[in-house]
Amino acid sequence: MNTNEILETINMIDNEDLDVRTITMGISLLDCIDPDPERAAQKVYDKICRYAQNLVKAGEDISRQYGIPIINKRNSVTPIATLAGACPSASPIRFAKALDKAAHTVGVNFIGGYSALVHKGFGPGDYALIESIPQALDETELVCSSVNVGTTKAGINMDAVEKMGRIILETAQRTADRECIGAAKLVVFCNAPEDNPFMAGAFHGPGEPDCVINVGVSGPGVVRAAIKKHGDGCTLTEIAELIKRTAFKITRMGQLVAQEASRRLCVPFGIVDLSLAPTPAIGDSVAYILEGMGLEQCGAHGTTAALALLNDAVKKGGVMASSSVGGLSGAFIPVTEDAGMIEAARSGCLTLTKLEAMTAVCSVGLDMICIPGDTPAEIISGIIADEAAIGMVNSKTTAVRVIPAVGRKAGEELDFGGLLGKGPIMEVNPASPAEFIHRGGKIPAPMQSLKN
Amino acid sequence: MDKMEKAVITVIGKDMVGILAKVSNMCAEKDVNVLEVTQSILHDMFVMVMLVDITHATVKVADLADTFDALGESLNLKIHVMHEDIFNSMHRI
Repeated sequence: MNTNEILETINMIDNEDLDVRTITMGISLLDCIDPDPERAAQKVYDKICRYAQNLVKAGEDISRQYGIPIINKRNSVTPIATLAGACPSASPIRFAKALDKAAHTVGVNFIGGYSALVHKGFGPGDYALIESIPQALDETELVCSSVNVGTTKAGINMDAVEKMGRIILETAQRTADRECIGAAKLVVFCNAPEDNPFMAGAFHGPGEPDCVINVGVSGPGVVRAAIKKHGDGCTLTEIAELIKRTAFKITRMGQLVAQEASRRLCVPFGIVDLSLAPTPAIGDSVAYILEGMGLEQCGAHGTTAALALLNDAVKKGGVMASSSVGGLSGAFIPVTEDAGMIEAARSGCLTLTKLEAMTAVCSVGLDMICIPGDTPAEIISGIIADEAAIGMVNSKTTAVRVIPAVGRKAGEELDFGGLLGKGPIMEVNPASPAEFIHRGGKIPAPMQSLKN
Repeated sequence: MDKMEKAVITVIGKDMVGILAKVSNMCAEKDVNVLEVTQSILHDMFVMVMLVDITHATVKVADLADTFDALGESLNLKIHVMHEDIFNSMHRI
């Protein structure tokens, strides 16, 4: 045992916000499908409670055994549209209520999977589920929702894109008295991963086993501290090496926790998601890492390049540290959850257009961005279409989680509290894409889809 | 024979009389065997790292951590008890 290594680990946890962000248990609900909606909802509740009853306790015990904070314990489930398809005339709201009740019973802090996968078209349960999202997110507390509108293989379903602009706006309006929080629990994806442990976009894909443990690591504070401590006078090649080494250590910790959780709960280990997930805590910021590389402020020219380096180095360091990686894996850039991004957005240095460019090289997309409440649904659909196009063409996951701040204008702020943070409302280009959006149809899959 | 299970106890804080005694006393109370101790004073800060055998401990690591947490608080020191696996996995390939 080397004293320095021991003290390094303790310092990472005590002073640099190192933690495991989430242990997410994915549960398949395919065996809960039933043409009787009441019986289906009861089966959903029962199965989640049965499978996840020891999840929170196991997470807390592992946290104490290794001395590592494990911030969240969560569940993800089969996209509920699959279950709603068996009883298409009944309201899917009962499933949202069953998920919420189950999440409260087992003590997790979010449950994801009020979702539909409509990248190639709508199935029987999809319309009803999507239309019910605003009500579901209004009337439940812990349920998260996501809709996949495009893939590299299938192209982009523009009818779904049009719909989702309106759904996001309605969700914000229904929760306007709670800082529009509903929209913070709704993600629109292109190339959604089936094993993502992070909210709000987690769901348990149809190709997954009956039950699985996925772990999401974190650690922007540790990477930033490493650059601060050892990065003076380094070339970018050396900075990339430094980030790789740090990401390796962070991921090994995630792998250890994932294996232990899998062993204790007798559930197979799925993946470790190698993500740098920021929190609003000062220091635990992805923006500060970019600034630590030498940018005056996040959003300056050079930000996209710095983020590309970071995103790649995190993956290279992490991939050797884990036996199975997946999910989103990379650097997140959720504006309201990152102290440095909040400051940069407030000062006007970080704009929506710059963020859009950054999403071409980060792990996800436009995340936790507050926009003016009077933004028309078509413009939100336009934002979604742009993001989906970036994801589709680059064969990567992209997503949109914007929060229309009902009754407020650019420059004012929304405050969600907790991990979701707070942030300024950002300017949106007001020129209308309405005619383009209302054409409907599909954007065909690109040449990149023809790999066979 | 069972494989030896080990944990690392670290104590960080202001130096004073009897830290080692109190910590090792607590170890003895819980049937935790001390294998190795290194300690140093860095800028007035007392830093001690103990490698201990917890194979026959009367309590689990998690509960041991709570016990030492309380002891640390009463002495105004930071005491961590962590299973050795965390260090092995982070720093060894």
